[in-house]
Amino acid sequence: MSTSVPLAEIERVFRSEYGRAVAVLTRVFGDIDIAEEAVQEAFTAAVRRWPTDGLPPSPAGWVITTARNRAIDRLRREARRDDKHAEAVLLQARDEPTEVSAVPDDRLRLIFTCCHPALAPTARVALTLRLLGGLGTAEIARAFLVSESTMAQRLVRAKAKIRAAAIPYRVPHEADLPERLSGVLAVLYLIYNEGHTASSGHRLDRPDLGREAIRLARLLVELMPDEPEATGLLALMLLTESRRAARTSPDGEVVLLADQDRAGWDRALIDEGQALVRRCLRRDQPGPYQIQAAINAVHSDAASVEATDWRQVVRLYDQLMAIAPSPVVALNRAVAVAEVDGPESALDLVDGLDLDGYYLFHAIRADLLRRLGRIREATEAYDAAIRRTDNESERRVLRRRRTALDSGDAPP
Amino acid sequence: MHYLLTVYQPDGPPPPPEVLDPIMRDIDAVKREMQDAGVWVFSGGLHPPSTATVVRQQDGELLTTDGPYIEGKEYVGGFTIIEAPDLDAALAWGRKLATAIRSLPIEVRPFEGVVEE
Repeated sequence: MSTSVPLAEIERVFRSEYGRAVAVLTRVFGDIDIAEEAVQEAFTAAVRRWPTDGLPPSPAGWVITTARNRAIDRLRREARRDDKHAEAVLLQARDEPTEVSAVPDDRLRLIFTCCHPALAPTARVALTLRLLGGLGTAEIARAFLVSESTMAQRLVRAKAKIRAAAIPYRVPHEADLPERLSGVLAVLYLIYNEGHTASSGHRLDRPDLGREAIRLARLLVELMPDEPEATGLLALMLLTESRRAARTSPDGEVVLLADQDRAGWDRALIDEGQALVRRCLRRDQPGPYQIQAAINAVHSDAASVEATDWRQVVRLYDQLMAIAPSPVVALNRAVAVAEVDGPESALDLVDGLDLDGYYLFHAIRADLLRRLGRIREATEAYDAAIRRTDNESERRVLRRRRTALDSGDAPP
Repeated sequence: MHYLLTVYQPDGPPPPPEVLDPIMRDIDAVKREMQDAGVWVFSGGLHPPSTATVVRQQDGELLTTDGPYIEGKEYVGGFTIIEAPDLDAALAWGRKLATAIRSLPIEVRPFEGVVEE
């Protein structure tokens, strides 16, 4: 056994095995707090032991066994002091297996518990990042721009509700599964989007939520390989992520899809995302995430805006409107229609939408009006868009486009 | 685990019999289904809040006043207590009740500890 395990290696094991260990221990002890505390203790022991003893053959197994033993020791001490809860937990723990492979879906149970609809959406996100991602409370607080005490309180309250209301620790029954799975997917997408928009603004020391969301989505696909929407969500994230570097200019400004340097797109992520989209197409059980992924795959295929297969994009939006209609989907569809039938037809579609509060509605209208040479109306629409966004980077782009109208030097 | 399933209803006169009667029949059917499944513990509808009386101790004295204690646009119209293994099971019964009762909300809340029957 080799010695001197670097801390970075222990950190890597922590990131990849924390969720699994908490999931197994939650099943064994029937209590999330006991599980978390024990797993943290085990990792503290690992930091002390592994650098000299070397990495154990199965780091995950070592952590789980150590955590289980420490929790049992502590519960025994508490049970001797006549703690009824500790006694009950010990009794349950006795017969539960802890081998990593014994119950393969422990993490799946934990995901469904964390994303239970009886919990507030903000709590679902925080619990998922905390328990499955192993992120610290301070990290999650930074990611969502709230104070650490607010986040700590949110987590404590959510865990107390899980215990008091007996939110079950299991994969939902067949009948409830579609609805509950879509709830899980929504949480992962929310985490991804938070990371995505954050990358334009306060990037300082916010943790990389985009990468974390992708890691969790990969895990979900691994655990539920037969759920095409889970695969679709992972593909959507990967294809969106492939454009991350090209999406921001050196001075931190948002670069729209049409203006991005496509050489800056990450080919490896595109290939992986497109392979997943093809897998979904073969299965032919389309859902909203799969269709959005397919739309992104069409963009990823094109060397330029002009070379994009816009007819295919419109067809996919038609499909999306048929199963998950919304004004925002209709707005995005109109953008594609502009490329196929021209800005006049697109403007007719956009003007019929009830999206006055949404800045992109006005930004897209402004662009269509500009292309139709209706400069005065385009200026007004840019002003309306600027008034409706708080994001400084987005405002700068809009101001620049409005200024370009006046000088007659309109962007392409 | 025991759960309290509370019906909240708006203040005002009850709906006419042609609306209310089928609702009451459906609620009764859910109650029988709960009893057949062995989860039903207790249930009942309440008279309106104008019939309530509040008693409380204040400065060592027991006061009796015309109720209700909390004035609101909505009030507890009735409740059911069930025994269920976990929240998912309780919510499944809550959904059946919510379907029977049409548009009124059902609040599902766990009891602390073990309930004596």
